[in-house]
Amino acid sequence: MPILEARKVVRTYGQVVALDECDFDVTEGEVTALIGDNGAGKSTLIKILSGTEQMESGDIHFQGERVSMTSPAVARDLGIETVFQDLALCPHLDPVRNWYLEREIRIGGLMRLLGFMNNKLMKSGSQDAFSELGATVKALSVPVGDMSGGQKQSVAVARAASWANKIIFLDEPTAALGVVQTHNVLELIKRVRDKGIGVVFISHSMPEVLSVADSVQVLRRGRRVMTLAAKSTTLEELVGAMTGALDEEVR
Amino acid sequence: MTATEREVAAQEIVAESSPGLVKTITRAQATQIVIVLFGLFILFALINPEAFVSVFNFRSIIVNASIFIVLGVGVTFVIITAGIDLSIGSVLVFSSVMSALVMEELGTEGWAIAAVGAVVAVLAGALWGLINGLLVTKAKVPAFIVTLGTMGMALGISQVITGGIDLYNVPEVLVDTVGFGNIFWEIPMLAVVAFVVVIIGGLVLHRSKFGLYTYALGSNLEACRRVGIRVDFNLTWVYVVSGICAGIGGYLSLSLYQQTTIAGNSLTNLAVIAGVVIGGTSLFGGVGTMFGTVIGLLIPVTLRQGFVISGVQAFWQEVVVGIFLIGAVYIDGVRRARASRRSGVQPKQKTIGGLKIGSTRKEGNSEKKSN
Repeated sequence: MPILEARKVVRTYGQVVALDECDFDVTEGEVTALIGDNGAGKSTLIKILSGTEQMESGDIHFQGERVSMTSPAVARDLGIETVFQDLALCPHLDPVRNWYLEREIRIGGLMRLLGFMNNKLMKSGSQDAFSELGATVKALSVPVGDMSGGQKQSVAVARAASWANKIIFLDEPTAALGVVQTHNVLELIKRVRDKGIGVVFISHSMPEVLSVADSVQVLRRGRRVMTLAAKSTTLEELVGAMTGALDEEVR
Repeated sequence: MTATEREVAAQEIVAESSPGLVKTITRAQATQIVIVLFGLFILFALINPEAFVSVFNFRSIIVNASIFIVLGVGVTFVIITAGIDLSIGSVLVFSSVMSALVMEELGTEGWAIAAVGAVVAVLAGALWGLINGLLVTKAKVPAFIVTLGTMGMALGISQVITGGIDLYNVPEVLVDTVGFGNIFWEIPMLAVVAFVVVIIGGLVLHRSKFGLYTYALGSNLEACRRVGIRVDFNLTWVYVVSGICAGIGGYLSLSLYQQTTIAGNSLTNLAVIAGVVIGGTSLFGGVGTMFGTVIGLLIPVTLRQGFVISGVQAFWQEVVVGIFLIGAVYIDGVRRARASRRSGVQPKQKTIGGLKIGSTRKEGNSEKKSN
C-alpha cells in the first residue's frame, strides 16, 4: 500500500500545462525513480507534493488520508523532506546553520523565550548526523556559498536524509557530483530506503536509476504514462517509455 | 591517483583550508574598517595632539555618533535582509514630535512624564516600521519605494501636526540626564543608551533565531520559504525593529537638542545607511555585523571632528565619506565576485531594496533552469 498517492494533479503556467491529471505513488521502504524528458513535469510534481507550489485541482492522500499541502511546513510536519534542484541552501550560512534551519535548538532558561540558540549542541548534532550519513562535509564553519558544487549537494542531501522520517524527494541529487560522490549519494539513498522511508529519485541517468530504484514511474507531457518494476526493465525500455517510442511498438 | 580521486581530494582541501579564527577576523571588513578608524585617530592626533586627544573631544565624538548608532542597529537588520529603510530620519522626527506632544499635554515635567514620552516615541517608531514591513511583505512593493514613500509621509504628517514649527517643551530631567548628563566621570548617558541598544541588537542578531533568520532571508529567501520559515512575519519584524530604533533615536534627539528638529533630519537616512555599509554590511544581503556598524558610524563623526580640529573645512567630511562608501561597496562587490567564481554559483539576489540594479562585473555562470 502506497504511503502517498497523488491523483489527477493539474498545474498550469499560463498557456503551458505542466501537469495534466497526473497520478503518482510513493511506497514505504522503496526507491521510486521518477523519470521523463525535460519539461515532462517532474520538478513541478515534486514541488506540489512538498508544498512549495500549489496544484489547481487533484487529490493527495498521505497514509490513506486526504491532505492539503498548503505550505512546505505542512509537508515537513508529515515527515516529508525534499532536495530541490537548486538545493535551497543559504549560501552565507555554514552547514550547521543550514542543517538546522527552522529547527534550531534553543538554549534552556529565560533566554530560551527570546529564541537564543544553543550553537554547541547544534554543531555536535550536525557533526554526528553528517558522519552517520557518510557525507563528506569537512568544514562546518565555512559558509556553504564558499564550497564546491559537490560539497553543497552533499549538505543538501544529508540535511534532507537525516530529517525525513516518511518520504524524501530528491530532484537530480547527483547532477553536480563526480563519480565517487555520486556513488556515495546512491549508497545513502539505499540506506535511507532500508530505514523504511519512501525515496523518490529524479534523475536523467538511466544507469543510476536502474542501479538504485525498485520501481520506475515515467512522466510524459504532464502525465504518468507508465509504471515499471526496475528489476525487469532494460535501459532501452526506459528510454523508449520516456520518448514515447515504446507506445508505438506496443500499438 | 585517478582524476576523480584528485578532484575529491582537492575539494576537501579547499573546504579544509578556509576556516581559522585569525584569518576570518583579518578578512572581515569590520576589521579592516577598525584599522581605518585607528588610522584616522592617529592622523588627527599627530596633526593636533592637544585638541584631538582630549576627553572633551572624545566625548563629543561619542555623543554625536550615539543617535546615528542607535538608528544603525535597526538599519543593519534591514540591510542584511537585502532590504533598505529610507524612512528612518523622518520616523525619528515623527516619533520625537509625537513624544513631545504627549509630554506637553501631560505637563512637561518629571520622570513619569518622561517615561510616557519614551513609550510614545518607541510605539510611534514601531508603527511606521509595521507599515513598512506590511507593505514590503504583503503588498510586495519594493522596500526602496515603500520607505521612500513613508519617508515623505512621516515627515509630512509631522509638519502638518506642528505647522512646521519645532516643539521645545522637553522635560528638564530628560535634558539634564539623558541629553547632557554623564552616568559617571565623562561618560555621557546618551552613549550608554546607545551602547545598551547595540548590545541588545548584537545579541539578537548574532545569537537568536530571529537574527539567524535575518541573515537567512537576505541569503536565500526562497530557501527560507521552502524550509517553512514564516518569511513575511520575520521580514515585517525586521522593519519594526528598524522603526523602534528610529523611535528611540527620536527620543534621544529630543533629549539632546531639546526640540524636535523637524527640518534637521533630511539626510539622516543616507548618513546612517552609508555608515552601516562602510561597516561591512552588504547591500546584497546575508552579510553584516553589529560591530561593523558601530565602527562604520564612528568614522564620519571622527572625520568631521578631526577636520574641525585640524582647521580643514568640515565640508570635506562629506567628500571623504562618499569615497569611503563607494570604496566599501566596491570591496564588497570584488569579494562577492571572487566567492562566486570559486563556487561556480551566481549569487541570487541582484537587487537592493527590491530594486534591480545593474552590475558590470561578471559573477560566475548562468543559473540552471528547472523544469
